[in-house]
Amino acid sequence: MRVARLESETDFEGWRGHARALLCDQVSPEDVTWQVGKTQDNLFAILDAPAPSRDPDYRPKVSKQFLADAKLALCHRDQERFGLLYRLIHRMQDDPGLLSNTVDDDVIRLNALVKSVSRDRHKMRAFVRFRAVKGEPDTFVSWFEPEHRIVEENAPFFMRRFANMTWSILTPERSAHYDRKHLRFGPGAKKADAPDADALEDLWRTYYGAIFNPARLKVKAMGAEMPKKYWKNLPEAELIAPLIANARKLEAGMVEAAPTPPKRLADYAFSEPGLPPGDALAILRREAAGCALCDHACHATRTVFGEGSLDASLMVVGEQPGDHEDIAGRPFIGPTGELFDKALIEAGLARDALYITNAVKHFRFTPKGKNRIHQSPKVSHIDQCRWWLRAERRLVKPKVTLAMGATAIRALSGRSIPIDEARETGFDCFDGRAGLATIHPAAILRQSDPDEAATLYKNLIIDLRRAQKMATGKANDAGDEASSFNHTNP
Amino acid sequence: MPALDRLEKLRILADAAKYDASCSSSGSTKRDSRSGKGVGSSEGMGICHAYAPDGRCISLLKVLMTNYCMFDCRFCVNRISSNVQRARFTPDELATLTIDFYKRNYIEGLFLSSGIIKSPDYTMEQLVEVARILRHREDFRGYIHLKTIPDADPDLLREAGILADRVSINVELPTKAGLNQFAPEKDEKRIRAAMATTREQIDGWKEERKAIRTAPKFAPAGQSTQMILGADGSSDAQVLRSSADLYGSYRLKRVYYSAFSPIPDASRDLPLQRPPLMREHRVYQADWLWRFYGFDLDDLNTAMEGGMLPLDIDPKLSWALRRRDLFPIDVNRAAKEQLLKIPGLGEKSVRKILSARRHTRLRLEDIGKLCRNIRKIRPFIETSDWQPATLLDRVGLRAELAPKPQQMTLAL
Repeated sequence: MRVARLESETDFEGWRGHARALLCDQVSPEDVTWQVGKTQDNLFAILDAPAPSRDPDYRPKVSKQFLADAKLALCHRDQERFGLLYRLIHRMQDDPGLLSNTVDDDVIRLNALVKSVSRDRHKMRAFVRFRAVKGEPDTFVSWFEPEHRIVEENAPFFMRRFANMTWSILTPERSAHYDRKHLRFGPGAKKADAPDADALEDLWRTYYGAIFNPARLKVKAMGAEMPKKYWKNLPEAELIAPLIANARKLEAGMVEAAPTPPKRLADYAFSEPGLPPGDALAILRREAAGCALCDHACHATRTVFGEGSLDASLMVVGEQPGDHEDIAGRPFIGPTGELFDKALIEAGLARDALYITNAVKHFRFTPKGKNRIHQSPKVSHIDQCRWWLRAERRLVKPKVTLAMGATAIRALSGRSIPIDEARETGFDCFDGRAGLATIHPAAILRQSDPDEAATLYKNLIIDLRRAQKMATGKANDAGDEASSFNHTNP
Repeated sequence: MPALDRLEKLRILADAAKYDASCSSSGSTKRDSRSGKGVGSSEGMGICHAYAPDGRCISLLKVLMTNYCMFDCRFCVNRISSNVQRARFTPDELATLTIDFYKRNYIEGLFLSSGIIKSPDYTMEQLVEVARILRHREDFRGYIHLKTIPDADPDLLREAGILADRVSINVELPTKAGLNQFAPEKDEKRIRAAMATTREQIDGWKEERKAIRTAPKFAPAGQSTQMILGADGSSDAQVLRSSADLYGSYRLKRVYYSAFSPIPDASRDLPLQRPPLMREHRVYQADWLWRFYGFDLDDLNTAMEGGMLPLDIDPKLSWALRRRDLFPIDVNRAAKEQLLKIPGLGEKSVRKILSARRHTRLRLEDIGKLCRNIRKIRPFIETSDWQPATLLDRVGLRAELAPKPQQMTLAL
């Protein structure tokens, strides 16, 4: 039998040294007795001779995780903890992954100790109540009774938080003192050593009473998180019983009391927000903001209306706003918008000379966790939303309209024409104006084959140039240059 | 009227703030006061410094700057037509009170909201001023949550985001119709546009941070909102669809649900009886299933009956009872996504199962060590020594697994 003697109940370094020596000597856990404090009798004399040591280079194996857990578990009041920890580290020499075996009884026990100490440590951070020391500025003392031996483990937290105060935390076994520079520890203290009151406690109790909602009594839920054992040092705890007693009475009173006639506080009158300056487009835009024709309008942030020049001879119509467009309230921004802008530049078109809008003006999506998955609009949505597109077209009167993607073609022509066909032949818009078609830039982004994406992108630029040429009746300067297209992965 | 003292003001303005459920102080950036002149730290995990008998955590000093308000929202105790006693704190009084409480370790920080007085800009300016005093004059490094006002000047909202750890706007009611009926001055679209702007600014900060590590933080603990349950006729299905939209659209950290509770001097438009607190609990559970357990809206709807979650059993169990075709699940082989769907098993238990089965073939007894109540899990799982056989198909399974009816809360 070997006796391992520790200096104190939380002597982690002592435990670690003993464990190392015992492992080197291959002492099995059942042959070790752990003791705390000074030697009372000469036990060492009657111990068995140590077992043969392993080779001198032997280094016991231990994981960082285990050391962190062991440090916490040592703060527990459980008498068996030293032995349990040695048994675990002994077993880990042959089974290094032991801690991940969460159904092993020793591991379960260790986890329970760690959990209990962590919880107590957290509750100490929550329930310590400082009282000001009279006559000394920013100097505070608290009396606290933790369940486990956590004062030293926990004091650095208070130091980080109250770095510019002088404070002491007194507990029955140990005290921590901080003087704005150094943290030191001393012996236990008595409740009477701390100030017996603080003027702020009346305010704190007032707050506690006022923030409580008597219409929703959940005493068990409170007790689970603020166990009774902590109440004796919480200034607000004296209110708990009377608050509960009054709660049911109060709620009944509120429900029974007839509603009173309202009065107006004339001093705080409303200020009418001014109307936005009204040109036709602004009015249209404002009207559209309140549109709820389609069934997905209520899920989107806002109507994303078209934008651009009212004198544009070329109108570009996309499908519907996406996540970025919905958030910012503008069409064609975000990754699709960036690609579109790039293509405009390469094709020699100025974005602000165009009118850019979408066939459907609310983002249709399925929520998925922290994201929204795009859903194509249904034909019924396209048909409902055509009302706004028609209104936009009456104001802009574009000579040519470029439909990007199948939805835009459907919206403008009223028919479902395959993109390739529409690209080839063009189509008549519902108002008799000329329509051209191209692929939607988002389809290029979705294309996984880089060669295919490059071809699609090239086509987009060709189509933009063609549309521009038709709309202005002449080719744009930049458009006549040889294609500057040279990237493979847009 | 004689001037109210600090105690009286606090009583009135905390009382007026208590209908906001949120009191979270978690998830902000790590910092402490060692390099500064003031107090305060934030280490990721929030701390609840007390609990009220309503079961809610008290982490922050949650008050209104003033409960004067020019709006007339029916569910709100501070609406213009309410007869409650009114009070107002100055920014300086609020900052001092926050520091006084913080130094005594009563709180993690301040959650400040306000009735709307004079104008949205004026009110927002006052709220921001409190945060300015705390951060600049007091060098306060604790937590600040500011309720923002949708119609206020964007520059003020931006400053609020830079000073605060979290910003929030309450949508209050799950549907536009509800909002129109009960909160005539609140505009659902404007609220959502403001949330969109906040998301843009948070995204912007995160993007900037990649290039410049010291880029000014913007609401590092994110944005949240609150919905009131039971004031209008919205079903749980409508509530959860609204939350799903909000999480997906604005990346909210949390949607808080608050069972409507009778308020003093209630508007005659409102129901006087509260909905069961259990409904609030079930909606929270479903919200968790959505965020952490891989349930989609169809799954949640499966758990409901007529658009409402059952009150007697939890939503996961309700879903599993209707999808018995997916069970039993073999705990020794199933993927994490499947394990998460087993009723009675939480995220932590699933992690432990995944970890333990690398060591051993799990028996029923092992699962018993990792969960609270093996009796409730047994019908849905398979282990190396257990098959539920006909247990899963029994008609009376629901009744067996539902808790026996009992009185919910007793006095101490």
